[in-house]
Amino acid sequence: MKTTVQEILDQYPDAGRDSLIPILQQVQEKIGFLSEESVIEVGKYLKMPASKIFGVATFYNQFRFNQPGKYHVQVCRGTACHVLGSATVLDEIEKQLKIKTGQTTKDKLFSLEVVACIGACGLAPVISINGEFHAKVTTDMIKSIFDDYRNREE
Amino acid sequence: MNLTIEVNNNIITANQGDTILEALNQNGINVPTLCHIKGLFPTGACRMCVVEVAGRRNLVTACSEPVMNGMKIKTHSPRVIESRKTIVELLLSNHPDDCLYCERNGSCELQDLSEDLNIRERRISGQKNKYKLDVSSASIVRDPEKCILCGRCVRVCEEIEGVSAIEFVGRGSKTFIGTSFNHGLNLSTCVNCGQCIMVCPTGALKEKGHISEVKDMLANPEKTVVVQYAPSISVSLAEEFGLPGGQNMIGLMNAALRLMGFDFVFDTSFSADLTIMEEASELVHRVQNQGKLPMITSCCPGWIKYAEEFQSDLLENLSSCKSPQQMMGAIIKSYFAETEKIAPENIYSVSIMPCTAKKFEQQREEMIQNGISDVDAVLTTRELARMIRLYGIDINKLEPELADSPLGTRSSAGKIFGTSGGVMEAAIRSVHYFITGKEMVKFQVKAVRGLEGRKEAKINIGELEVGVAVVSGLKNAEILMEEIRNGRNDLHFIEVMACPGGCINGGGQPIGTDEKAVKSRMMSLYDIDEKDAIKVSHKNPYITELYDKFLGKPLGHKSHELLHTHYQKRDVN
Repeated sequence: MKTTVQEILDQYPDAGRDSLIPILQQVQEKIGFLSEESVIEVGKYLKMPASKIFGVATFYNQFRFNQPGKYHVQVCRGTACHVLGSATVLDEIEKQLKIKTGQTTKDKLFSLEVVACIGACGLAPVISINGEFHAKVTTDMIKSIFDDYRNREE
Repeated sequence: MNLTIEVNNNIITANQGDTILEALNQNGINVPTLCHIKGLFPTGACRMCVVEVAGRRNLVTACSEPVMNGMKIKTHSPRVIESRKTIVELLLSNHPDDCLYCERNGSCELQDLSEDLNIRERRISGQKNKYKLDVSSASIVRDPEKCILCGRCVRVCEEIEGVSAIEFVGRGSKTFIGTSFNHGLNLSTCVNCGQCIMVCPTGALKEKGHISEVKDMLANPEKTVVVQYAPSISVSLAEEFGLPGGQNMIGLMNAALRLMGFDFVFDTSFSADLTIMEEASELVHRVQNQGKLPMITSCCPGWIKYAEEFQSDLLENLSSCKSPQQMMGAIIKSYFAETEKIAPENIYSVSIMPCTAKKFEQQREEMIQNGISDVDAVLTTRELARMIRLYGIDINKLEPELADSPLGTRSSAGKIFGTSGGVMEAAIRSVHYFITGKEMVKFQVKAVRGLEGRKEAKINIGELEVGVAVVSGLKNAEILMEEIRNGRNDLHFIEVMACPGGCINGGGQPIGTDEKAVKSRMMSLYDIDEKDAIKVSHKNPYITELYDKFLGKPLGHKSHELLHTHYQKRDVN
């Protein structure tokens, strides 16, 4: 049986290294992140060393290297959010979830990503969890926000 | 075509197509560089080499800008100096302040630049980078905190070696040099050649040191500590002590090793002779019995790991011979142990190599039998020099001594192993004798000598025309292997060395090794060959004795057990 990655690569006959980013984007769309196996598979196809692909992929914020959690938390670090304290919000989230940006919690429930601006500056500082926006977030609010999602699991 | 340019108010000539940097260097004008590697495509990334060009608004990177007729250049104007100084100050702003403890204290390009630019205060303070030390590799230690991101290691690994184990990871101020998925170097494609160490301007890359283990063993009365040194060590060590490049230090080195307390001093060139006996016999056997051809040398552990990773369909073409280091190790713990009546487990066997990959080879599981490894520790040329200083030995005041018999006596064929083409030439000399029963009229095989990345020749041995190729730098090997895969069949024997020019330019050689140094080491090896009485491995009387008394015959049962090995495909990413 063909792997998901192979199915994507089939859409790129005679591809060169210039097709790398669209391929990686499609892989991430299909499996949610760039796994090590998928990077190696893409590398074999494009005749590129895995280290090079990893180098390119880590240059861009859009690529993830961990399986995303059930709830994907995006913290806005745009200018407006920054001015209103998104850095402390991010610190607190990392502390409470015990993960760093780009990682997924052990129970696979939450994953954390930093985004540049999600276009909701009026709600700053804003975080988005699976597309649901939480506005004017303060460090005190974070625990109850996550508890709410945890409760949905019970 | 010659161009005329004005540099610092002097008129000089330059060649069309050269970069400004090349034109300046040819005229003896120095401009500092950091990211520049001679011979590779310039990146212009570090901007250390900036110069002022009349009519240009911005400073120009000399390494990447082509020289043009009538250019007016200032290499050390106040603006240029200020700019270079700021670059170094910024590099220092997040650099660890531990020069005194750093391996590269005294041989650090960042230190030199900071000295040359008269930087006397910390004008810019930055946040220090926090990265973990990568000690996972058997050969190379990476300290990303000391890295200044010049990218020379990345380019050497990709463009010279065709390995690409490391790459720039991340972006902006969070960029670092890392492996795929940030695994340890041991899990990467790294072949341990150490060429990255040779180009690293700082202490971010260094060999995994074995000095302290060796020191402990030298002080242990229960251990017989035996040392062997590779052919190229004696012609590179001089530079570590400020002596002219290429000077043969063999006698003084023997004396120094005995002063340090090594009980027996042997020469890996002896086991290079042994390698030739086995490898030449293997080649003759393959040629006469329709075996797999071309046969490819197996002396270089960087090449071996590379082949296992990237050329695994050609593993049958590799000679099954162990490298000279491992052959010597195996003979020391068998034949030598027997004749000296020492239990192999009480022998501590040290080798001094121009190479970091030898540290990896030494701990390969194929090189350990019944819990006893052929070789116990590997020191680089640099580590040997460090030990000589550590033991307070003034090498210039010693009287030359000979190595110990019998494993310290070599032919000059074994000595030229240290340079690219040397294994080939030594093998041809013996193959000629094995096939025709006669010695060559002239032993020199000029076509395989020199520092070019690829050399080829057709050599008539009796009625057979033998096609040979010599490549160094694994990128060159990759190209040749592709030709073979595509059906090229005029070659019988190929020599591959991972480092450009062979072991004389190995990853364990003195820091600062340049083209001139490599050349002088090569000349020195061929000079030794010229002057030596015994120029062929099969005429080394102690090799003959070893076969008579112990091994039997080349490719015999005992040889297979002790001197040959096997390879397997490696899955890495």
